[in-house]
Amino acid sequence: MLRETAGVYWRPRVDERRLTLAGRTWTATTFAHTVPWLAMAAFLLYLEPLSFPLAIILIAHAWVIPELYAKRGANVLRQARRLGAGPERTALGLLGDLVGHDARELHGRTGLVPERGTLGVWLVGEMGAVLVRPGGRRVHCYCIRVAEPDLPSADRIAHLLLALREDEVGFATVANQAFSGAPWRLVRRLPARARPAVREVVQRARVHS
Amino acid sequence: MAKLIRMDKTGHTTLAEWTLDDQGAVDVAVRAFREQLDAGYYAVVTRGEGHAEQVRELPLDAGTVILRRPIAGG
Repeated sequence: MLRETAGVYWRPRVDERRLTLAGRTWTATTFAHTVPWLAMAAFLLYLEPLSFPLAIILIAHAWVIPELYAKRGANVLRQARRLGAGPERTALGLLGDLVGHDARELHGRTGLVPERGTLGVWLVGEMGAVLVRPGGRRVHCYCIRVAEPDLPSADRIAHLLLALREDEVGFATVANQAFSGAPWRLVRRLPARARPAVREVVQRARVHS
Repeated sequence: MAKLIRMDKTGHTTLAEWTLDDQGAVDVAVRAFREQLDAGYYAVVTRGEGHAEQVRELPLDAGTVILRRPIAGG
């Protein structure tokens, strides 16, 4: 069991049921943040077509809030500040020893490392990780990091990868969930560099199901 | 030869290397291991593809023991 779970003793350990529940809660929240605004806009237009400027504001509101949540999810895959070339190269060597050829290749292209787990397929970054559930229809974005400011990027990933391999459920329990939703919502908010990695793990999760 | 390495700002640092037939090197490795754990590091040994195990005693038969810092929700 991951020792860090002792620091979040009040959280129940993540399991299949809790993940499903968290996903549904996120969907319901998105619905609650969207539909009332759209309904209000439609009602206003029905009452008075000249109220369209206000209706546009309401529609924009309905669009922006889910986008902000997706952006929050995308932030878990952002890159940290780079150290010098020497430490980065040394750390990359260690990370390369921990993963297989395919993961090394994907990391070279995107800066992210895929890892198959029991809960789905993970994509591990420097500041967090994304879990793609079997079937590839939902992602859970987790914000989790090493409490050490001056680490090379590959070491940050290696820290998270080792913790994930020690105890996948504990890893998901310790992490703070930043977003859950459809992969396409996440991909739109990611930098271009990271998008192929998410698409690839979604593909793997489809096979995994 | 087995290695004890610590992930740090240099990329990683090799703190000790040992073989089972070199008791002096083993003692140095065990001591370094204890010091790092006391300093707040966690020790991890990879156990085949996709698996790792946290250890509190130096596994002398392991190929590489990696020291990492604790993680926390961001």
